[in-house]
Amino acid sequence: MANVPEGLYYSKDHEWLRVEGETGTVGITDHAQHSLGDVVYVELPKSGETFAAHDTFGSVESVKAVSELFLPVAGEVTEVNESLTDEPEKVNTDPYGDGWMLRVKLSNRGEVDSLLSAAEYEDYIGSLE
Amino acid sequence: MTITKATTHVTQNEALVFERSQTGRRGYRLPALDVEETSPDELLPAELRREDDLEGVPELSEPDVVRHFTRISTWNYNIDLGLYPLGSCTMKYNSRLNEKVARIPGFANLHPLAPEEDAQGALQVMYELQQHLAEITGLPGVSLQPAAGAHGEMTGVMMIRAALDARDGTTSDEAQRRKLMLIPDSAHGTNPASAHLSGFTVKTIRSTSEGLTDLEHLRELCAAGEVAGLMLTNPNTCGIFERNIREICDIVHGAGGLVYMDGANMNALVGVARPGDMGVDVIHLNLHKTFSTPHGGGGPGSGPCCCTAELEPFLPVPRVVKTGAAAYKLDSERPQSIGRVKAFYGNFGMHLRALAYILTHGHDGLREATEAAVLNARYIAQGLAETFDRPFDSPPMHECLFTDKRQTRKGVHTLDIAKRLIDYGFHPMTIYFPLIVQGAMLIEPTESVGRAELQQFVDAMKEIAREAVEDAQTVLDAPHTTRVGRLDEAAAARKPVLRWRPAEKAAGA
Repeated sequence: MANVPEGLYYSKDHEWLRVEGETGTVGITDHAQHSLGDVVYVELPKSGETFAAHDTFGSVESVKAVSELFLPVAGEVTEVNESLTDEPEKVNTDPYGDGWMLRVKLSNRGEVDSLLSAAEYEDYIGSLE
Repeated sequence: MTITKATTHVTQNEALVFERSQTGRRGYRLPALDVEETSPDELLPAELRREDDLEGVPELSEPDVVRHFTRISTWNYNIDLGLYPLGSCTMKYNSRLNEKVARIPGFANLHPLAPEEDAQGALQVMYELQQHLAEITGLPGVSLQPAAGAHGEMTGVMMIRAALDARDGTTSDEAQRRKLMLIPDSAHGTNPASAHLSGFTVKTIRSTSEGLTDLEHLRELCAAGEVAGLMLTNPNTCGIFERNIREICDIVHGAGGLVYMDGANMNALVGVARPGDMGVDVIHLNLHKTFSTPHGGGGPGSGPCCCTAELEPFLPVPRVVKTGAAAYKLDSERPQSIGRVKAFYGNFGMHLRALAYILTHGHDGLREATEAAVLNARYIAQGLAETFDRPFDSPPMHECLFTDKRQTRKGVHTLDIAKRLIDYGFHPMTIYFPLIVQGAMLIEPTESVGRAELQQFVDAMKEIAREAVEDAQTVLDAPHTTRVGRLDEAAAARKPVLRWRPAEKAAGA
C-alpha cells in the first residue's frame, strides 16, 4: 500500500505539495515513484521561472519511460533540489523527504483548496487499481 | 518447465576488439611502392596529420576481426533466428531476394553524383516505387527522401506548416499562424517531438475506455480554435483500428486543420484500406517496417512521405518525375516546396529493396501478407486471452496488447515476464508502451511466422504465467540461460560507463 502522509496536498497527477507560509514544496508521491520504477533522471526548471497551475515543470525518467511533471498550483520557483541530478534514486527511496523537487513561492494561496487531502488521494489511487 | 524452442549452447567468450589488439598485427599489407615516394608534408597540412602512430587503434589480423564479429554475433537474437515480436516495430523477415536486387552492380556501384542521363535506371526504380506507394496509400504525392520514420513525420508536419501558411497567408506572420497540433495520448513519443521541432504547440487528446481517440475531447479541442492539425496512428498503438477515422478527419478539416497519419502500423492496412480514402492528408511510411527493408542495427531506415494533390507542391525537392516513355529526371522547380530534407535522394538501397518486396508480392500478395499479419496477432490474442489481462476488448489488428495486472499480485511484472521469455528462446515483446496502459506488453508477430512457432510463443507465455503463480522467483530472477543474467538497468542509466579505457587507466581513474 502506498504511503500517503497526512498534512500534504495531493494532485491527481500524483504530485504532492507541502505548504509553509507562502512557500510550497513539490515532489511526486510514493504511488507515483512506485509506478514509475527506478528513477534514473530528473529534469527540473531553474529558479526564477514561473508556472501556471497544471503547467509542466519538468520530467522524470525511469527505466520504463519518461513522464512529465505538473505543478499542482501556480508559482515562481525559488529553489530546486540540485542533488537529484547525481542521486535521482532519492525520488524512489524518500519521495516525501530527500526526493523533493521544487520550492515555489505560491502565486495564489487559494488554489491549494482545489487539491486533494491525504484521505481523498488515497481514495483516488484506490479507484485506479 | 517445457522450453521447446531454445536450449543452452556453448558460446565463445570474446574480449573487446581493443583488448584483443596485439602490436604489429595487420590485416593487409600494401605492396612496395613502384613510384617515387612523396613526402606527407607536400600532401597534407601538418595540423591535419596525426603524429601518434595511431595509438589506441586496435591492431588485428583478418581472422581476428572475422572471428571477433562472428563470435559476438552469436550472442545476438535476430530476425533470421525466429519470432521477434516487438510491438509497433513490425520486425518482419527481410527477404534474400531484396538483398540480391540491392547488390546488382549497376545500382550498388552507382555514384550519387552521376548525371541524370547515367542514372535513368535508378530514377525509374524511385519513380515506380513512388507510384506503388501512392496506390497503396491512396495519396498521389510521394517523396522518398526522409531517412527514417521520425524524419518522415517531421517532413509531413513541416508540409502542414507550409500548406497552412500558404492557405491562410501567414507565411511571414508568426502571430497569426495556427499553432496547435493535436496528438492522442497513446501516440509514439516521436509525434510530439516532430510537432514541437516544427514550431507547433502540442495538446493531448484522451483515449476512451475502448482504447480509441475520444471524439468528444477532439471536438472540444477543435472548437477552441487555432487547430493546425492532428497526428494520428491508425491502427493506433493499442493495436486497435480507429473506426471513427472518417469522422475524426471531418472534425479536424472542419476546424481548418490537416490530418497527418503516422504510418508506423501500415502493416495492418496495406492492400486492404487506404489512408487517402479515410481523409488523411499526409502520411509517412516506414519501409523498414511495412516493406521488409532491414530494421534496427542501423538499417538504414527509410520513411517516405505520401500526401494529397493539394499538399503535393510542398513536398521536398528534388522530386523524381517522368518526362517521357522511359525518361526520368530530378525536378527542383517547386517554389512552394519545404526544400531538401536529406542529402541526395534518401536511402536508395532501401527503395530498391522495398520495390522488390512490392513486386514480389503483387496486389494479392500484399493483401495476403496484411491478412496473415492480423490473423497471427489475433491467434496470439486468442491464445492468451484467458491467461493475461487485456486492457481493451476491441479485436486487435496487427498487434495485441496485454498487461501484467494478473501477475502483479504475485509480484511479477511486465519486465520480469519479458526477461523470462528470453529463456524460452524468444525476443521479448515491446514493454511499457503505449504509456497509457500500465504494465503494457505489446506483441506484434508479423506475417513472417507460421502457426507452429506462434503456438510455441503462446505456450511459453502461458508457462511463464504458471511460473508467476507457482514459482515466482524463477521469473523474477530471469533470464537464467543467457551469457549474463538480469542487468541492473537503473545503475546503467544512473551511472553510465560511456567509454572504454584500458584496464590500467580505468583502475587509476
